[in-house]
Amino acid sequence: MTAHFSQSATILLMVAGLYIVIARGNMVKKLIGLSMFQSSVYLLYILPGKLIGGTAPILGAGYSVYANPLPHVLILTAIVVGVATLALGLTLVVRIKEAFGTIEEDEIAGDMRSDGSKPGRGRKSA
Amino acid sequence: MIETSVTIVILLMLGAVTIGIVRVRGLFAAVVLLGIYSFLMATLFIVLDAVDVAMTEAAVGAGVSTVFFLGALYLTDTVEAPPVHGQFMPLVVALVTAGALVWGLSDLPEFGSPNQPIHQQGADYLARSMTDTGIPNVVTSVLASYRGFDTLGETTVVFTAGIGVLVLLRRRRNGKEGS
Repeated sequence: MTAHFSQSATILLMVAGLYIVIARGNMVKKLIGLSMFQSSVYLLYILPGKLIGGTAPILGAGYSVYANPLPHVLILTAIVVGVATLALGLTLVVRIKEAFGTIEEDEIAGDMRSDGSKPGRGRKSA
Repeated sequence: MIETSVTIVILLMLGAVTIGIVRVRGLFAAVVLLGIYSFLMATLFIVLDAVDVAMTEAAVGAGVSTVFFLGALYLTDTVEAPPVHGQFMPLVVALVTAGALVWGLSDLPEFGSPNQPIHQQGADYLARSMTDTGIPNVVTSVLASYRGFDTLGETTVVFTAGIGVLVLLRRRRNGKEGS
């Protein structure tokens, strides 16, 4: 456990995000949890690339130990894609708010159960 | 071993921010805490020698995401409703996942040691970058040269997401004009 403190702590941050995604009904809060989950996965990828006593992978005279650049490249791509999907998710939340008048999952589910023609539907199809 | 100590301190700060985000009810506060979380993560990436990732995380993760979240909060609600279901099952799922993953860590090499498989296998970009591309920043040479098609695919994903956002928001404006 002590030898893997960084990895274990990263995993705890990750499951905190997972907990928010499952336990909270508010959709913006769910997306916040998803962002935290994503950031922790980035960290889990970057951790093994590090070498104690090494430096950033920019070649220069006087340095011989560098961190591994491959995970850095993969995570750069993942960060940008993550923000793109986050923007799409938030747009869907805004649409849901306009169609249903709420962003709480339980209220939307109750709305759909109680009657098929909810007040928001007319506005949506107009 | 200064890197290990700084890593542990920043991870503890991240843990404190995480507890704040889980407990707070106001969404505005949660978004600001998420910005702090991203900046702490960027600091941690610098400690872990991932300077390019740190810059991207600070600009895109902490900057642009926070702006997107604030825009969404402006158009929706800013306070979360109290939970109606029990919080027990999600907690069990999260803890079982954590237990399985931490158990899976037990035979990995130690943090920062050169025994890790990532430092012994695969293409040696560090040795080849200068002769192949002439770029001293190896992350740039891998991103733009060796794995250029990956970056092209990433651009396609961002383009598709941008089209999706535009289409969803445009339908909304047309609907308002019609009613």
